[in-house]
Amino acid sequence: MTHIQLSVFLENKKGRLYDVCSFLGEHKVNIRALTVAESDNFGVLRLLVKDPQRVAGLLKGNSFVVNETEVVALEVNDKPGGLAKVLGAINKHHINVEYMYGFVEPKARKAMMVFRFDDPVAAVKALKADRIKVVSSKELGSI
Amino acid sequence: MIWDQKMECASRPEMKKLQSERLKKLVHYLWKGNAVYRRRFEHFNVKPSEIGDISDIRKLPVTVKEDLRDNYPFGLFTDYRHTTEIHVSSGTTGNPTVVGYTREDLKLWAQVMARSLALAGAVPGDMIQVAYGYGLFTGGLGAHYGALEMGLKVIPASSGQTKRQLKLMTDFRPRILACTPSYALFMLDEARALGIDPKASSWEIGIFGAEPWSESMRAQIEASWDMTATDIYGLSEIIGPGVAQECQHKAGLHFQWDVFYPEVLDPKTGENVKDGERGELVITTLTKRGIPLLRYRTRDIVTIEYSKCKCGRTTPRISKILGRTDDMLIIRGINVFPSQIEYVLLKIEGTQPHYLLVVDRQNNLDTLEVWVEVEEKMFSDEIKQMRALEETIKREIESVLGLDVKVKLVEPKSIERSEGKAKRVIDKRKI
Amino acid sequence: MSRVVRIHTSSGTTGIPTVIHHTQADLDAWTDLVARSITATGAGKPDIFQNMMTYGMFTGGLGLHYGAERVGMTVIPMGGGNTRRQIQIMKDFGTTVLHITPSYMLHLHAMLAECGVALKDLRLSKAYLGAEPYSEDTRRKIEKLWKIDVYNSYGLSEMNGPGVAFECVHKNGMHVWEDVYGVEVVDPLTGQALEDGRQGEVVFTNLLREATPLLRYRTRDIAAILKGSCPCGRTHRRISRIAGRTDDMLIINGVNVYPSQIESVIMKIPEVGNNYQIFLEKNGALDSLTVKVEISSGMFKGDLAQIDRLKERIRESLRASIIISPRVELHEPGSLPVFEGKAKRVVDERVKI
Repeated sequence: MTHIQLSVFLENKKGRLYDVCSFLGEHKVNIRALTVAESDNFGVLRLLVKDPQRVAGLLKGNSFVVNETEVVALEVNDKPGGLAKVLGAINKHHINVEYMYGFVEPKARKAMMVFRFDDPVAAVKALKADRIKVVSSKELGSI
Repeated sequence: MIWDQKMECASRPEMKKLQSERLKKLVHYLWKGNAVYRRRFEHFNVKPSEIGDISDIRKLPVTVKEDLRDNYPFGLFTDYRHTTEIHVSSGTTGNPTVVGYTREDLKLWAQVMARSLALAGAVPGDMIQVAYGYGLFTGGLGAHYGALEMGLKVIPASSGQTKRQLKLMTDFRPRILACTPSYALFMLDEARALGIDPKASSWEIGIFGAEPWSESMRAQIEASWDMTATDIYGLSEIIGPGVAQECQHKAGLHFQWDVFYPEVLDPKTGENVKDGERGELVITTLTKRGIPLLRYRTRDIVTIEYSKCKCGRTTPRISKILGRTDDMLIIRGINVFPSQIEYVLLKIEGTQPHYLLVVDRQNNLDTLEVWVEVEEKMFSDEIKQMRALEETIKREIESVLGLDVKVKLVEPKSIERSEGKAKRVIDKRKI
Repeated sequence: MSRVVRIHTSSGTTGIPTVIHHTQADLDAWTDLVARSITATGAGKPDIFQNMMTYGMFTGGLGLHYGAERVGMTVIPMGGGNTRRQIQIMKDFGTTVLHITPSYMLHLHAMLAECGVALKDLRLSKAYLGAEPYSEDTRRKIEKLWKIDVYNSYGLSEMNGPGVAFECVHKNGMHVWEDVYGVEVVDPLTGQALEDGRQGEVVFTNLLREATPLLRYRTRDIAAILKGSCPCGRTHRRISRIAGRTDDMLIINGVNVYPSQIESVIMKIPEVGNNYQIFLEKNGALDSLTVKVEISSGMFKGDLAQIDRLKERIRESLRASIIISPRVELHEPGSLPVFEGKAKRVVDERVKI
């Protein structure tokens, strides 16, 4: 129930984000979720795509530095307090969140949160026990 | 004043005679006491008996920096037993360069530094602020020993801490400042920010060295601080500062040739260049005991002038350093070889030696940025791990160079490679 | 003043340095005392001495340097920091005596393995420890770890620097060189002299110095004069190790820092809010200083790079003033504890060594 997230190293240089996104567009890669974490002089672009192995290969072939990470996607009710409920469950199980980012799926009135946990497998188990909806690869692919 | 009238104003024949005697003694001393040089003499088929005159120096083998590294730590000591002080400076890779002083060597150092201070215009009783780094770096202790030898009042301020430097200057009113020329300029802004009028400063004489600088920098320092700025030359392999120094006529740096014999050679052929032509400065330490060096190739490019100076001294004068015959950089007075950085990067797991050194001068202070290409093995999706990597690289480089650096992680292949060989240095400084 | 040949200063509480002048005779006398101290520990001519104290205005470096040269040891003027280089030089040159702070001595040991150096590769036999307080247990621990003798060194720049009091081979308290330094221990509140054996504030008088002689100088250091005589035969009385301070001075990796110095730096930075905290802890054997600062609410622009730069600027300004480079943490306005009256700005969680 975990997903492979691709992380791409980017210099803080004008146009670099455009470069990678247009490259993905040319290769007909649809981005499901994306976030950029920035530092003083570099950034890390994190993205979820369908068929991550193929995309990773494409990027590497074009001399991007790519890293594959296991992440968990959770469904959150798109209303006030929705996220707090999920975080409450995470807290209760003493699971460490390294980082997270979210996106909204307008049709379903659901929000989706992507989490990077220190132990994703244990996290999925604990969250399922708490009836938090964990998004499967298939569901992610169909968005 | 002239500190050592006899040595600094000797006639050419007198000096030649003295140098010849000293060279003869030195060759015997090395033949008897130093296995490395002994082997080399034998290899070149030179016997001490063949050395009678200073011009015979051309029969002797040269010494290069790699010899110091290859014979680390004790090989080039001729007298280790009486060594009282050891300095090390950065080598090109791995092993540091060792500088050993016996008690006589320290005396010699104090002597040539006292001569240098007098050349710059100091007189006993003056106060000097030594803002060269103290410790392993020879700049601080060298100036310190010379100042005490001459009977100056010393403020051993060491480098950095600009506010405190300026406070010491305003409170104690030293007449002499010793530091790198770029630091003298750097202190200007800080002085103005503190409301100190640089023109009203107590510094009248500056003894600036450890890095190359230009006449325009001199003009700027002299005009802004209202002081006389003089150039000093030295290198730790020979003794540290005090090898050569400008007098108040600023017409070249007087070379202490009774103890450090200079030659200027074509770096390619090893032949003497004509007087006044550029070449590599090669120095023989005629009287040192701990680690005497024969015909040491400094890699510094200079010209030399043998005519008598208006100040009355007969010592030859070298030009400012006009360049290098290797890829050494001097950053804030510290010698940096690109190979040192490469060596560090190879030691850190996951890093590749694809790097670029970007040297710049901002607000009169040299900056060094090390660009390192990120490879897959070292890349993490977590910013904090990437920062930790940056920090590790920074710390390791700083520990080898003894210099603050900024590390910048860049994408692979973003460092330009020309014909397969990467360009390692971009020096944006306009000196 | 006309015969002054050297000037040293130390950090004052408010940024105005304490200034000590030395004439040539003063320097000679100081050098003699350091040489005397070194001799009392059994070290001498054949020793190779690696001086890891900072050189320059800080008297720890130059003070021992001159004394060591006088007894004829070979001196390697390393100064502080650069641990790998320190260990490499110890090994390559067969260093026998160190001058070092206790915390750095522990740190050095922890780094040996990482540098691929074993004790048997070294020829170390003695270490002079000073510039920061430590306990008898730590001495024993260091002696066991390194298989060497550790000697306690005491000095302060107002009294020249190192070489005011030093342990002899019996390691049972530091002999005060009473022919040069008159010593008293007084009640810090009343100023009344205390009898030997009782703990109080140590007060010194320079009996010899020409340039800056000080009368009954209050060191703010707490110690006791030890009763009884020493088996070494020296009649100079001994003082105990320093038990504490009567002011708020902090000693961080051997460097003296007053909280007021930190305050005066950070309060000049406009992005800094009203509250801050000085946090000390151990990072391995070394002290680690974190300055926690509340940002003023007007400055945050949601830009991480800007925050990085602000942290860097605060760190640099502090380093320029207190020499130490601290960690800087930025906090939300109102998140650091506020204390009524005199704010408790210093949290010291260092385990005493």
